[in-house]
Amino acid sequence: MQRFNRALMYVTLVILAVLFLVPVYIMLVTSVKGLDEITLDRMWQLPNSFSLAGYEQAFTKLVPNLTNSFLLAIPATLISSILGSMNGYILAKWRFKGSDVLFTIMLFGMFIPYQSVLIPLIQFMQKINLYNTIPGLILVHVVYGLPICTLMFRNFYVGVPTEVLEAAKIDGGGFFGIYRYVMVPLSLTGFVVVAIWQFTSIWNEFLFAVTLTSQKQQPIMVALQNLSGSQIVQWNVQMAGALLAALPTLLVYVFLSRYFIRGLLAGSIKG
Amino acid sequence: MNSLRSTEQSNKTGVISAVTVHSSRRKSDKLVPLLMLLPSVAAIAIFVYGFIAWTGYVSLSEWNTLVTDFSFAGLDNYKFLFQDFRFQSDLRNTLMFTVLFILGAMVIGLFLAVMVDRKVRGEAFFRNIFIFPMALSFVVTGVVWQWILNPTTGINLILKSIGVNNVPNWFVSTDIVPKIHVGQIEFGLPVAIISVALAAIWQMSGFAMAMYLAGLRGIPDDLREAARVDGASERQVLQKVILPQLRPITMSLIIILAHISLKIFDLVYAMTGPGAMFVTDVPGVYMFETTFRGNHYAQGAGIAIIMLLLVSLLIVPYLVSNMRKGEG
Repeated sequence: MQRFNRALMYVTLVILAVLFLVPVYIMLVTSVKGLDEITLDRMWQLPNSFSLAGYEQAFTKLVPNLTNSFLLAIPATLISSILGSMNGYILAKWRFKGSDVLFTIMLFGMFIPYQSVLIPLIQFMQKINLYNTIPGLILVHVVYGLPICTLMFRNFYVGVPTEVLEAAKIDGGGFFGIYRYVMVPLSLTGFVVVAIWQFTSIWNEFLFAVTLTSQKQQPIMVALQNLSGSQIVQWNVQMAGALLAALPTLLVYVFLSRYFIRGLLAGSIKG
Repeated sequence: MNSLRSTEQSNKTGVISAVTVHSSRRKSDKLVPLLMLLPSVAAIAIFVYGFIAWTGYVSLSEWNTLVTDFSFAGLDNYKFLFQDFRFQSDLRNTLMFTVLFILGAMVIGLFLAVMVDRKVRGEAFFRNIFIFPMALSFVVTGVVWQWILNPTTGINLILKSIGVNNVPNWFVSTDIVPKIHVGQIEFGLPVAIISVALAAIWQMSGFAMAMYLAGLRGIPDDLREAARVDGASERQVLQKVILPQLRPITMSLIIILAHISLKIFDLVYAMTGPGAMFVTDVPGVYMFETTFRGNHYAQGAGIAIIMLLLVSLLIVPYLVSNMRKGEG
């Protein structure tokens, strides 16, 4: 009975895993089909011949937007991680009266529907001449990324024993010395977790991207949405495009899934 | 490093100067952290709270054309929305979507977690497969699922090939069950929303699994063993020992998933759009279209404020209770 149950469990797990991979299968097989093969009756079948035509078309169409997304996500990730670690350090180790309340007030910012800041945000970006620019989007992602980055680093630094801090103070370490020579080295994992989380979120973000940029400045997700919305684009090109757009975050996930999952859990405050 | 060096020097010059350095540092000790925190606090004060206030102000104005017009309209925009067929549909859809999405993601997530937790071989492999959709954009999910659930392509091709003639219409269906006339709309479950929920469940049940898995790992093995020694069956162990221990996680999950669902925009926008008779429309999509395609800024702001209030109903108590726990 016990053995039967375990076998049943494996079968269920494998079936579920296969079901979870169906969208990936569809994306992959469709993206490498040639024009003559993207007919409905062959949708679920493996391609007869391997064609990169879909990728070629998708790549030429999307490459400017992929570049935009890298130019956006990398600086925004770096800046928000650094700011978040400083904030987290202060809120975990240099508490002051009302710091917990302040932290909670900051955290609220990560849960709001961004629609509720969008209209003033656009007016503001126009006023400071950053509307429809990559630096503008970087600013937006850094600011709205502050709460989650602060939260992740604060939770990380709370775990650093106070004795370590006291010892550093006795050794004459000041605010910046302790940060630079004690906290930062202790939180390298924290930086990896936060950076992966931020990169993935910013890369995948759509609402700010579609409202704050147009045409040449658009990040990849907006371009992908336009590609799939147009009637004349073939399915192989759309699927190749979807895969290209997903590739950077997928690669990050494949190689660093452990840290990604930690970020996933850190984002839910404390369970 | 600088500060480390400076104390060494002051130690050499004598006790008295060391003491003064110490006391002057004490003052700066309190000031420097505050100064370093200030830019972030100011940014959030402006970009979050200031902008929300401004959106609230816009929602009370007459600004419903391209020309900015801040003359006071009172609650007119809200009155319009609550009587509007489209917005009433949105509220119904959001409610139905939220229920389907939370139930689906939680049940599947818990099921997966309990299985993966039983020391299966290839645990990491299975776990990674169930979580990977979380690394994708809702836009990518929307684009792919739009094709899988398109009534003329995708799953229906398989259903037809195994002899099902009455294939479902998925997100193209305009059916609502049961049709109960309320206000301007038919209340019930719009069949089309099930398709969107399926895609969202596919993307997010890995998150639920990860949360539950973390929770299961936190339950000491002794607890289960003790129950087994007392003669409890595996099912009883699950029901009486494990599930009660997971209750706080379930609470957090409901709040997190519900707030995602209330805000949802990109998935619907990329996958179905508002749909015929607005069967798959949600406030996020309506806000976007009416504001940026229709130039009804005040109405858009009104929708945004309603979305914010709904999210706040969930999140504010959650944040406050987390803060209390942190202090205690």
